Amino acid sequence: MTRYFLRRFATMAVTLLAISVLIFVVIKLPPGDFLTMRIQELMAEGDSAAAAKADFLRRAYGLDLPGWQQYLSWIGLWPRAGAYSGLLQGNFGWSFEYDLPVIDVVGDALGATLIVNLAALVFIHLLAIPLAVFTAVRRRGIVAEAITFLAYLGLATPSFLLALILLFYLNRWFGISIGGLVDPDLADAPFSLEKLGSITVHLIVPIVVIALASTAAMIRRMKANLLDELHKPYAVTARAKGLGPTRALLKYPFRMVLNPFVADIGNMLPGLISGSVLVSLVLSLPTVGPILVQALRMQDQYLAGFILLFVAVLTVVGMLIADLVLALIDPRIRFGK
Amino acid sequence: MAGEIPHYVNPAPFDPAAGETMSAREERYYRASSLRLIWWKFRTHRLALLALVLLGTLYVTLPFVEVIAPYGLQSRHGDHIYAPPQRVHLFHDGDFVGPFVYAYRFEFDREKFQRRYVSDESTPQPLRFFCRGEPYRLWGLFDADFHLLCPPSGGTAFLLGTDRLGRDMLSRITYGARISLTVGLVGIAISFALGLTLGGLAGYLGGSVDYLVQRVIEILRSLPELPLWLALSAALPAHWSPILVFFGITLILGLLDWPGLALAVRAKLLSLRAEDYVRAAELIGASRRRIIARHLIPNFMSHLIASATLSIPAMILGETALSFLGLGLRPPVTSWGVLLNEAQNLAAVTLYPWLLVPMIPVMATVLAFNFLGDGLRDAADPYS
Repeated sequence: MTRYFLRRFATMAVTLLAISVLIFVVIKLPPGDFLTMRIQELMAEGDSAAAAKADFLRRAYGLDLPGWQQYLSWIGLWPRAGAYSGLLQGNFGWSFEYDLPVIDVVGDALGATLIVNLAALVFIHLLAIPLAVFTAVRRRGIVAEAITFLAYLGLATPSFLLALILLFYLNRWFGISIGGLVDPDLADAPFSLEKLGSITVHLIVPIVVIALASTAAMIRRMKANLLDELHKPYAVTARAKGLGPTRALLKYPFRMVLNPFVADIGNMLPGLISGSVLVSLVLSLPTVGPILVQALRMQDQYLAGFILLFVAVLTVVGMLIADLVLALIDPRIRFGK
Repeated sequence: MAGEIPHYVNPAPFDPAAGETMSAREERYYRASSLRLIWWKFRTHRLALLALVLLGTLYVTLPFVEVIAPYGLQSRHGDHIYAPPQRVHLFHDGDFVGPFVYAYRFEFDREKFQRRYVSDESTPQPLRFFCRGEPYRLWGLFDADFHLLCPPSGGTAFLLGTDRLGRDMLSRITYGARISLTVGLVGIAISFALGLTLGGLAGYLGGSVDYLVQRVIEILRSLPELPLWLALSAALPAHWSPILVFFGITLILGLLDWPGLALAVRAKLLSLRAEDYVRAAELIGASRRRIIARHLIPNFMSHLIASATLSIPAMILGETALSFLGLGLRPPVTSWGVLLNEAQNLAAVTLYPWLLVPMIPVMATVLAFNFLGDGLRDAADPYS
């Protein structure tokens, strides 16, 4: 188990390194950078003091260096004396647009992103497992058919369009605005039960929207797997030797389908996080999504790079956890082939 | 001794092939080509068939959107800004008139500071069909002014309302189909070429190439697509012409989509390599290229096409999402996503809900591609 864990961990580190290169290349693709444009702007306005400050920042963050040196100093493998130290040193860089350290700009948003995605993940499981089991067992019933149909529809409804529709109807029918993560009146209030309640209410719609497609996909896959297992000889044996229907279901076939199901979580994560970024934009949730789009538009490279990397880390670590859980519940993986 | 056991002899002449003859139906089945078998199986999937008809119709009409749209893409109607959809009526004062609309009278609500359009129900204005209307240039070759549907003479027909410049939504949606529906096809072509090549190389060469391709796939699959799409499309130079941006966007969509296809190709190549007919071809002395091109690829092409069909919706949605966020296609190129971009804020959504209409064709297309893909996937292996 330890060996498996270590090997898996090493792969993750290498993957993350490759991802960081990819992200850096992508954010450096547009010609020029934020500070060069800012300096030109300031020079044109004749504000030479501010231009000098921007030029100082440009030097301190090494934007005048060749690309590969910039990359190395960004991830912190090549710290230079008296200059920017890099991610591995715990310095996430400077947001030139906000003129603040990156971590101050995104600090709260990171937490919100994590909360929204975790809540969506929990929601998916709470909903998908019972529904999948139900539709597989009561396959012919009208309720099961309805669930299957809804799952089909949920799979085909793009999340951000659904968010728009809900925005429209909830506003028209109930007069409530579902944007944001907390009531505007409570935004600056200290943490209290009332605030927690408000956050919970505001979370419902985004989470349903984000989770819908993944839930639908999971119901479909899990139902198909369970249907295959239900007719295998061991399941028949379990029933034949007199186990009650619930026990005969949960003890054998259900355990069999949990396996591909856990493996699925890893594959589901990128889509889930993509969806949350998009839905955050439509519903103006304070996650990293809106900040990312703005940073990309302004070529605020450290801010955009950090958010992209954060999202990638979230995905990769999530996949790692899924793999470890899989190893825990499936001895075939734990002991290796 | 008992009597002789009765011995029965059939007087009919003996036909040695009798056990092997088939009914006409069976014979038809056994002689059918695999393409035909796929079609027979596909036909039983009603929803997929419906989706095929719908999508087929849509794609066939794409070259003729100028004829179908009642107005031009950019024609503005300054006196009909944000006009709600005009309803089509059939009866005026209890008399049958045929499809007609009532003209709008514009009023400005000084209390709410809103535009209000009131139907003037005194005179019906019949819609015209197969008529001459706004002139256009078809395919950049012919000047024409023939339309399937025209506004009444002297009147207007905004069946789905107008936008902030008074442009007809129905016409814009019709034109938008051209871009939105081709994005998916071009994107999937790129992804298909990449997936087939890289997956084929990995499965065929094996060894270090296989290892490399697999690692790349792993990395690409562990990245959330949308943030990466956003970053890449933000990197498209601002001075590019709209057409270049269009190809840039489809390239981006295709570049991140191929891993799934490549994995499928690789897995199929590896599993089919052990089949008897491949061994036979090898023994006869066929080259590896011939084995791949003649024996392996045709065998799983149907699967590939089915899974490609299933990933077209993701591309259409990707383009819609990017354009919706203002990072994808830009006006004057008009796609459904570009149209939805105007419906981004709450004010637009509550005051002018008809701006959300482009959502309907998006969802219908996505649903249709999903059904079609499912049908194709089920039919892809007719011998199972």
